[in-house]
Amino acid sequence: MADLKLTNVAKTYGGTVNVLNNINLDIEKGELIVFVGPSGCGKSTLLRMIAGLEKISDGTLEIDGTVVNDVPPAQRGIAMVFQSYALYPHMTVRDNMTFALKLAKKSTDEINAAVDKAARILQLEPYLDRLPKALSGGQRQRVAIGRSIVRDPKVYLFDEPLSNLDAALRVATRIEIAQLKESMPDSTMIYVTHDQVEAMTLATRIVVLANKGIAQVGSPLQLYERPENEFVAQFIGSPSMNLLPGEIVETGTQTRVRMDSGLMVTSAVPTTETDMGMKVNVGVRPEDMTVTTGDGVYEGIVDFTEALGEVTILYFKAEGDADPVLAKMPGIHKDLRGTTVRVTADPAKVQLFANGTSLYYR
Amino acid sequence: MNPAFQGLITIIIGVGGCIGYFYFSNQFLDKVLFPAKGPHAGRNINRANMIRPWLFLFPAMFALGLYLGYPVIETLRLSLTDRDQGGAFVGLANYNQMFSEPKFWEALSNNMLWLIVVPAASTAFGLLAAQLTDRIKWGSAAKSLIFMPMAISFVGAAVIFKLVYDTRPADQNQIGILNAVWLRFEGGPGSFLFLQILPALLLLSFAGIVAYVGWIFVQPIAKSREKGGGAGFVPLRLLVGAGSLYLVFLSLRSVISVFTFDFPHGEPQTWLTLPFWNSFFLMIVLIWIQTGFAMVILSAALRGIPEETIEAAIVDGANPLQVFFKIKVPQIIGTIVVVWTTITITVLKVFDIVFAMTNGQWETQVLANYMFDKMFRANDWGVGSASAIIIMLLVSPILIWNVYNARKEMK
Repeated sequence: MADLKLTNVAKTYGGTVNVLNNINLDIEKGELIVFVGPSGCGKSTLLRMIAGLEKISDGTLEIDGTVVNDVPPAQRGIAMVFQSYALYPHMTVRDNMTFALKLAKKSTDEINAAVDKAARILQLEPYLDRLPKALSGGQRQRVAIGRSIVRDPKVYLFDEPLSNLDAALRVATRIEIAQLKESMPDSTMIYVTHDQVEAMTLATRIVVLANKGIAQVGSPLQLYERPENEFVAQFIGSPSMNLLPGEIVETGTQTRVRMDSGLMVTSAVPTTETDMGMKVNVGVRPEDMTVTTGDGVYEGIVDFTEALGEVTILYFKAEGDADPVLAKMPGIHKDLRGTTVRVTADPAKVQLFANGTSLYYR
Repeated sequence: MNPAFQGLITIIIGVGGCIGYFYFSNQFLDKVLFPAKGPHAGRNINRANMIRPWLFLFPAMFALGLYLGYPVIETLRLSLTDRDQGGAFVGLANYNQMFSEPKFWEALSNNMLWLIVVPAASTAFGLLAAQLTDRIKWGSAAKSLIFMPMAISFVGAAVIFKLVYDTRPADQNQIGILNAVWLRFEGGPGSFLFLQILPALLLLSFAGIVAYVGWIFVQPIAKSREKGGGAGFVPLRLLVGAGSLYLVFLSLRSVISVFTFDFPHGEPQTWLTLPFWNSFFLMIVLIWIQTGFAMVILSAALRGIPEETIEAAIVDGANPLQVFFKIKVPQIIGTIVVVWTTITITVLKVFDIVFAMTNGQWETQVLANYMFDKMFRANDWGVGSASAIIIMLLVSPILIWNVYNARKEMK
């Protein structure tokens, strides 16, 4: 139940190895922020710095307006749910949940009330006297969450909490977390994951981390519809966005681009006179592609099709070592294999990137 | 014949004999006894396979029976006979004679003292060393130094420490380091600090730790009363509680005596002849050796603790001591028990150190050395065997518990 402010936060190991730089982020009370990024991008490190498990090398971290760089984890008002649950194996579920409260010397009544409430919310009442080893993966994860809830923290930190669960349980637990968040609208949560679906479904705002910094911060749909740069464009969405080279030939409220293949395509991104002749990358999501005979963004031979029933994914023959262009069509189109197909997209769905960044955000 | 050649022949005969035994006994089983052909081929194969494990087990069972099982029975028989009467059966007379000897009770009480001090100290120091060396750069160097005494035989270690405790007349150079240090104390403020304040603090912290451990054991009883359930092991818990209370009393009394004691400054001490304390000087040798063993095992156990549980405890607000005692130690408690009991068994059998350093004089006698005295010096097989049986009776329950715990650990 607090806001967080990260100012120029950086992390360096051993004085030389730099993993995070210039992280500036404002997190408001009640938000569920998701950190996503490729593995090794430092998202867990950032979370652990917020938790106080890693030292902040540079910059400041404020919780509720107080700088907490040198405050020990327990006094920061945070609670953390670990990837491997990190339950204390020698303690019963109840003892696991009360450990922090006992250390804080809370009264027995207070402790019991907190545990009962958390157990009710998470449906753990029948298991309170069991040891963690007698629980299933999903139940263990609920205990780990319960251990956080009883502390009534200002900020909840989740470090890939679902990645140790099997696929079916992951969906169920994801929904449970979403419901939990809804039942505690005032609590601030930070959630680290590499799973896009978790990020898109849970987040109030997503923070995409890449190249030692923040690539973009925004609501899930903002990231999907208006990525700030090529990295976010390709990272969010599956299959990832097609990027095709072209040159601006008409500017104005709408922009006309001549693709290197000679095709013409229109984008709703506005440009100015000075952009004329600019080399750009045209970004179109596979699911936005439609078959056309007129203006198009790409034309090629369909090398391979994957019919999934509701959609068919067309893989175009790649030229050289470039990534193949993909198109995702509703319905079943197995007959398109081997034929030459021209595809286009609604101008509103066509992104323009120059030097890696979107022209929309200039 | 050249002895080396004889050795070679022995090896060839031994190894060849083993291979020959396994080969021919299996051949006999499969070809002669239950041949896998004829009208009963299937039944014969099944029977041969039921017998085969015993073929492999037989040599080990035979050797163990001959060299361990039979001696136990024979010792038990000898303990009930008297050599002077030509090996006549005398019932429990040997035991009665032994129980009436003060030296036996001295040995037994010394053994009990060893039993309390050495495993506790070795395990505690080992755990401390394991924890402290875990996170530092030169930890592995420190570890190998602490582990090194394990490579020294008990007799060798005893000789080393005999030199440490050595005494020379006051006007000569002391070659024993303990006396060399002792003669530095002149009764000034330094002596007061090291001989009175420091021991008093050590005793007080020992009393504190013992009281805390006792409280940990007794506390669940009071708690379970509140809840109305059983705490389990109530007699054991009460025993530990009473024991720790007694130790607290002893250490507090010692604190007082530390301040009232008149230290003989300037006189070299013959450490190994100081009654009661000399047992501790002997124990130090075994602690010095066993700490390395405890450290290695416990260090491996500490490494096995999931890092995230420790981080979770830190986030939950535990300080380093609480992390150690409430998160780490409970997770390796099984290993600690195994280490403790293993050292306990070693201690019960302790012989070489006492034999080499004091030979049981000056009230340092222990059971194993007592047995040796009776059996091979006094040539009294009756009392010697009786004391051997007593040692076996003391070791067995701990051994069984140790095996039980070790098996539980492996699951």
